Parts: sequence; C-alpha cells; structure tokens
Amino acid sequence: MSFYDEYLQYSDADIETVFQHTTSADIERIIGKDRLTPKDFLALLSPKAEEHLEGMAQKAHQLTVQNFGRVILLYTPMYLSDYCTNKCTYCGFNVTNVFTRKQLTMEEVEKEAQTVAASGIQHILILTGEAPAIAGVPYMKECVAILKRYFSSIAIEVYAMEEEEYAELMEAGVESMTMYQETYNPLLYDRLHLKGPKKDYRYRLDAPERACRAGMRGVNIGALLGLDDWRRDGFFTGLHANYLQNKYPGVEVSISLPRIRPTMGNCETGNSVNDKSIVQFMTAFRLFMPRAGMPLSTRENAEFRNHAIQLGITKMSAGVQTAVGGHIDSQENSGQFAVSDTRNVKEMSDAILQLGYQPVFKDWHAI
Amino acid sequence: MVDQLVIGDRSLQSRLFIGTGKYSADALIPEIIKKSGSEVITVALRRIDFNSPTGNVMDHIPSGMQLLPNTSGARNAQEAIRIARLAKAAGCGNWIKIEVISDNKYLLPDGYETIKATEVLAGEGFVVLPYISPDLMVAKQLAEVGAAAVMPLGAPIGSNRGLKTKELLKILIEEIALPVIVDAGIGKPSDACEAMEMGAAACLLNTAIASANQPELMAEAFGMAVAAGRKAYLAGLGRSEKYASSSSPLTGFLHN
Repeated sequence: MSFYDEYLQYSDADIETVFQHTTSADIERIIGKDRLTPKDFLALLSPKAEEHLEGMAQKAHQLTVQNFGRVILLYTPMYLSDYCTNKCTYCGFNVTNVFTRKQLTMEEVEKEAQTVAASGIQHILILTGEAPAIAGVPYMKECVAILKRYFSSIAIEVYAMEEEEYAELMEAGVESMTMYQETYNPLLYDRLHLKGPKKDYRYRLDAPERACRAGMRGVNIGALLGLDDWRRDGFFTGLHANYLQNKYPGVEVSISLPRIRPTMGNCETGNSVNDKSIVQFMTAFRLFMPRAGMPLSTRENAEFRNHAIQLGITKMSAGVQTAVGGHIDSQENSGQFAVSDTRNVKEMSDAILQLGYQPVFKDWHAI
Repeated sequence: MVDQLVIGDRSLQSRLFIGTGKYSADALIPEIIKKSGSEVITVALRRIDFNSPTGNVMDHIPSGMQLLPNTSGARNAQEAIRIARLAKAAGCGNWIKIEVISDNKYLLPDGYETIKATEVLAGEGFVVLPYISPDLMVAKQLAEVGAAAVMPLGAPIGSNRGLKTKELLKILIEEIALPVIVDAGIGKPSDACEAMEMGAAACLLNTAIASANQPELMAEAFGMAVAAGRKAYLAGLGRSEKYASSSSPLTGFLHN
C-alpha cells in the first residue's frame, strides 16, 4: 500500500462533481464540524467555499492558537550545492541552465554556519540539487557533522532517497525532511520533468513514506502551486499528509504551500495562484488537519506573510538566501528562486512580536 | 491543620500547576505565576535555548518556583530518559514530567513506554510525574515502579474540552494512593473546580490560560477555582439527589 493507491481512488470527475455540487449550507456545516473527512476538505477547496473565506479563516485561527499557541518557529535554508542532473522546466538548477555551479567546501559550510548561527537561528534546512555522485549522502553527512555544532535541529530538502539513506542521515544528526511532489498529476509531472532521475513520479511520491519508515521525526510535503490547478494539487497534498499521519502517527507531518516564483529557467505555467486561493488552501487544510505544521517560505512577500501568521502558519524562514554560499557572499545571484520577503532574522522577529506572537528559535535538540 | 500537597520533598500550598507554552511572549509568565498563585511550572526542555544571547524562558521564572521540566517530543522511553537526564544536567532540578507521545494526531500518551521510563528515572532519584490516559492498571504499575504522582488526562491535550474522562478519573482517585493530578483537557475554571471537588490532588493546565484573551485574568480565575474546589472537597459535598425530597414522605406514617 502506497499513497498512490489512495490517489487513484479520486478521479478528476469525482473531484469536479464535488466542486460543482457543494453549496453554501455544506460549507457552513463543515466549518462547524470537529473532524473533517477528505470529502469535507475537498468541499472547502471548491469555488463555492471562496464565499466563506472569513468563516474558514476565523476557525483556522482559533484551531492554530489552540494547538500551537501564539508562536512562530523561525528557520533558515542553507543551499549546499546547485549541481543537478535533472531537467525540470520550472527550476533554476535545471541541468541545461548555463551558470557557474557551486558546491560548498567544508570550510565554507563552517563559515555559512557561523554567519547563520550568529543571527540566532537554531533550525537549519539544508538543500542540494540532485547530483548524488558529488553531493550525495557522504557529502551531506560531512556537512551535518559541522552543522551539528551550530544548530539544534537539522532538516534536509534534497533528492528522493532510499529508506536506508534516510536512516544513515538521521544517524548523522538529521531530524526531518522536506519533499515536494511538485504536482500530483502524473501526466503533467511527466511533461515538466524532462530528464533525470526525478522523472520517476512514483519513486518521488513514496519518498516521504520511506523517510517515515526510516524514523524521521518530521516530514514536510507540498506541491508547487501553479503547475497544475491548485485546488487539485492542494487536495492531494492534504490527502497525502493525512495518509502519512494516519499510518505513521509518531511523525510530525506538515505541509508547505509554495507558489511558483520566477527563476532563471522562467518556465511558462498557465495557472496563476492568487492570494485568495492560497488563503483558501491554508485555512481549509488547517480545518482538515488541526495539528499539522505549516511552514511559509520567503517566496511570499512580507505583507502576505504578516497576515498569514494569523491563518494557520506555524513556521517561517527568515534571512533567506537561495544561492549556494549566499550567506557569506550576498552578491551570489544564481538562486533557486527569487525571494520576495528579504527581511533578516531580527526584522522578522520584530515583526512577529509586533503581531502579538512569539518568535521561537529552538523547538528541538538532538538527544 | 494546613492543607498541603506533598510531592517529593516539597510541600505546596497551591494545587494549580501551570505551563509555559503557547504564550505570545515569555515576559507574560511572571504575572501569570503571580495571579494564579501557582508554585509549580512545567517547561519543555526542547524549547529552552541555554545559549541564546537574548535569554530564554527560564529567565522569566522566579527562583522559588518548583520547575517541572517535561519530556515533550519523546516518542519512546529511551528518548524520555535521555531528555530527563539532559534537563537535570542543565540545572532544571530532579522533578520530571514524563510525556511519551507517539501519536501526533490526538497526542495521547503511550502507557507502556511511560512505565518503562518512570521505572528507570525513579531509580535514578528523579521525582517522576507521568502523564497518562486514566487507565487504572497503568496507574497501579506506575505507583509500583516509583512514580511520585500520576497525571491522567481529562481530555486530549490542548482540547479545552473539560473532564471527558470523569468516570475513569474518579476510579483513579479512589484506587491510587499517590496524588492524582488532572493534566490536559481542562478548558474552564469550572472544569478545574470540578476535578478538585472530586478529590484530585491538583490540576495542571496551560492552553486554557495561554489561549485566553486576557491570560493574566484567566490565571487568577483558575487559581480561585482550584482553591474553591479543594475547599469544597475538604468540606465534604452534600449528597446530590436525583429527585426533590418530599416534605410528606411516603413512609411518614410509620411511627414505630
């Protein structure tokens, strides 16, 4: 049994039927429920539910404060390597993009760590492209050995791995992982991922589950919203999170809601996702899974992020550089995507405090 | 005679234990403590940043308070034991609230792993207060392996739903010689008051205060409710009757 079997249970026609037949009375009833079914969640993603955004937002706010309190955990990504063997139409690290590739040496990892740690950040997310021959598990383990001295929690956002590889990284000190499916639509996935190991839809789809089996403490999933219809990908992201949480109750499951941003690749996508849609997805998911985490990255601008704090977000990045070595050399401009919220950690903390929330820097310690 | 709750080597006047999580600012904590009258406060070791240049939650806890570090984040006995030892080494004292949760959906505790961790830590001299589902057999085993109290839930953590497990709590209070501290689920001061009227030794709560619009005022309300419930318990509640007692009793004609 894999999430794919569950995915297959929902045809496009079924989804369309729910979207067409959901009424205002349905939405009001669902907002009042304690526990939502997947079908309730789908109804909250319907065009009809847009008319009830305020009611959804109020409930999402209340559930988030109750389950997480008025706190936002801060983290920062650190890009270790932009070498990549994949050809994904929407990504700046695409193998056919011509730019000088870079991979941090251990001395540079240490310098980046010092710079980031000096800002107060304790939770670090390390990222690489997919080039296991040079930026594979042994390289990551070397980096983690250094990073452990500076940070209380280390997460990875790298290529899809085997269960044993996840276990090996955990042994080295990694605590959680992020894996975006990009899109749950297999046909579109095939069209967007032209070449490289990432072309294997099923292998990627099952990667979060392999990480759960390996015993990761936290698993974060997401779809790159804007590739396909956000309602569809949003629904399957939530369904996937629910599947993992039910099957692996000990894992802290969370979802991200990344909207596609301009990159060097600058691919065309026909599905723009506006603020209202993101808020609909965010609040619908909070009602569906009240205890799941929801990080929000700097793909979103400062104004939107300030508002989103009240709507279900539990974690935010700050002081972000999306280029390899960007923390020690801010002139680096070959980032994976364009950052919209450029606030540093201090500015972000101050903004969170001003909104009546507490910025939290540490929420775990390797034991 | 002064009514005191004795746990480990500590005598407590207040039977309200409070938490430090979910506040919009740690700076609120001293006032919460003052208003609630509480003498015991839980802290999640996972959140304490001992190296932070801007300080940490411990800076806001007055020195007279009894610290009750918890093992939040532990998924099994081994992790709970490691967290407890880290807490002690970090200077948080020898009290520990064992919280072993491998269910992120409902946050229900794992009784089996909790018993294992309690046995080891009690053996090492910790004052162990385990968080449990109100399960009589688990509570009895915890008493046997050296727990200083048991802390059954009234409803799932953070749910503010009140004493949903009332019937089971009553059994624990009746059967377990250790202090029974109702932990989790208490949403309103009246819930806390009811737990105390039932004979609970104390109540531990966080969300109900932290998520109130005016946490300080709610802290005060809970302090009063716990004290009132305790007094009612000591006074001995009158019998509650299902029917009104008739002024012309049916057996009134029986004079001899």
